[in-house]
Amino acid sequence: MITIEDLIFTHAGGQEIFKGFGLSIGKGESWTIIGPSGCGKTTLLYLIAGLIMPQKGCIRIKGEPVTRPRPQTGLVLQDHGLLPWATVVENSMLGFKIRKFYGPDGIHSPLNSLPDRKKEKQQVDQWLARLGIDQYGQSYPAQLSRGQRQRAAIARTLVLAPDLLLMDEPFSALDAPIRKELQQVMNTLHEQTNRTSIVVTHDIEEAVIMGRYILVLSTGVNTAAQVIDNPHAGSRGNVKSQQFEQMCDRLHNCLGALQ
Amino acid sequence: MKKKATLAGAVTGTLMLLGGWWLVAVIVNRPILPSPFTVVPLFFTSFFNELGLHFLASGARVMAAITIATLLAAPAGLALGQIALLDRIAGPLIAIAYPIPKIIFLPVIYVLMGITDLSKITLIALIIFFQILVVVRDEAAGLKKELILSVQSLGAGRLALFRYVYLPACVPAVLTALRVSTGTAIAVLFIAEQSLTEYGLGYYIVVETYQILLYKEMYTGIMAMGLLGVAIYFVIYAIELKVNKHLYIN
Repeated sequence: MITIEDLIFTHAGGQEIFKGFGLSIGKGESWTIIGPSGCGKTTLLYLIAGLIMPQKGCIRIKGEPVTRPRPQTGLVLQDHGLLPWATVVENSMLGFKIRKFYGPDGIHSPLNSLPDRKKEKQQVDQWLARLGIDQYGQSYPAQLSRGQRQRAAIARTLVLAPDLLLMDEPFSALDAPIRKELQQVMNTLHEQTNRTSIVVTHDIEEAVIMGRYILVLSTGVNTAAQVIDNPHAGSRGNVKSQQFEQMCDRLHNCLGALQ
Repeated sequence: MKKKATLAGAVTGTLMLLGGWWLVAVIVNRPILPSPFTVVPLFFTSFFNELGLHFLASGARVMAAITIATLLAAPAGLALGQIALLDRIAGPLIAIAYPIPKIIFLPVIYVLMGITDLSKITLIALIIFFQILVVVRDEAAGLKKELILSVQSLGAGRLALFRYVYLPACVPAVLTALRVSTGTAIAVLFIAEQSLTEYGLGYYIVVETYQILLYKEMYTGIMAMGLLGVAIYFVIYAIELKVNKHLYIN
């Protein structure tokens, strides 16, 4: 699904983040990226999203080099990014509106996307219901709780049926119970589809719960990808199990060794 | 959330104003301050006559100025807000020009453009221009990076960003700026209309009535100009309520 080869990225300030970095992510896999702040987690996510460009190297998604945001990639950020002047339903329709605005040009919207208002409305209703916010369709973001806003942001992304879902610390501003609930919701959704997902987090538990594979980045220059295989991910993984705790400890030590 | 103004509130406010006027008129008891009981009926008869033409002339000038200023300032403000380099270059000039009272350029504009409708409109447009320019710039610059990024990730390029983010983000700011600055605009119009014109409330109040001691008629002119300000204010306010529903939710 995603291949990263010989990636070089240096911040405008001169700080090197990636040098000769490579990574391969298979279709339908769930990944989490963890590391101390400033390690380049978000940078890597934005690179994959096509929002920023590397100095050298290549990121390919389904064989196509990423040169700009890809229409089939969905992105959810920590700050929901909802339009404050639009209701939840209007926000959820935004992706469709943008696709209609450009037409199916293959650049801003997929070549096969044809506007179908009825189907779009159905998609929106269905996703709002699945994320448990269907009763807030006519509310504005300011009227919602943080958790509900994040659900709306996820719905807005998922209505477009992305084959790749990128999330940047999506739940870190939420209270613990709501965070746990949404992690489970996302895990269930992941199991039901063949979607590839990458979640950036700084929370060890979240990394273990949501990532079948965990990419650990360090504060220095990242050259080789350090990946932890994590069979305990997914909604079936018992958070209280011994293996889960062992995995958390392992990740903890791994992060500790980096500092 | 902002507080909504109501029709009942507007009516009560008007009655209180008229009541206060009447009270002062009774106390002062001189021809310079006639009671609203004489002026208001006179206002209604003359408003559908000569006074109405003055009202229309003033109203047209303000509307023309609002239109020109908005059409020029909103895109300029958007550009300044989006392009940091442009703002760094033009910023200092705007910061200095913004607080200068534009009315002081009245003689300059009159000399350059002649004492015409165009010069009067230009003067008013100049005031509104800076008000809109500054708020639109700040609004466009203040949009969160996350908002822009997530809309980009939905497929939006520059054009769609403009259509679905920048434009709707700036409309409320433009309306608020207009609503707040029309008061000043009408004040300047009052002064600008005192020279070389045939129709206009400023001319009517000062030249046609005040200078020849027609006090009652003068007050009808004052009422008309007050009405002009109130009307524009509430029309913009009504548009704001319609456009900015999200700011007025209870």
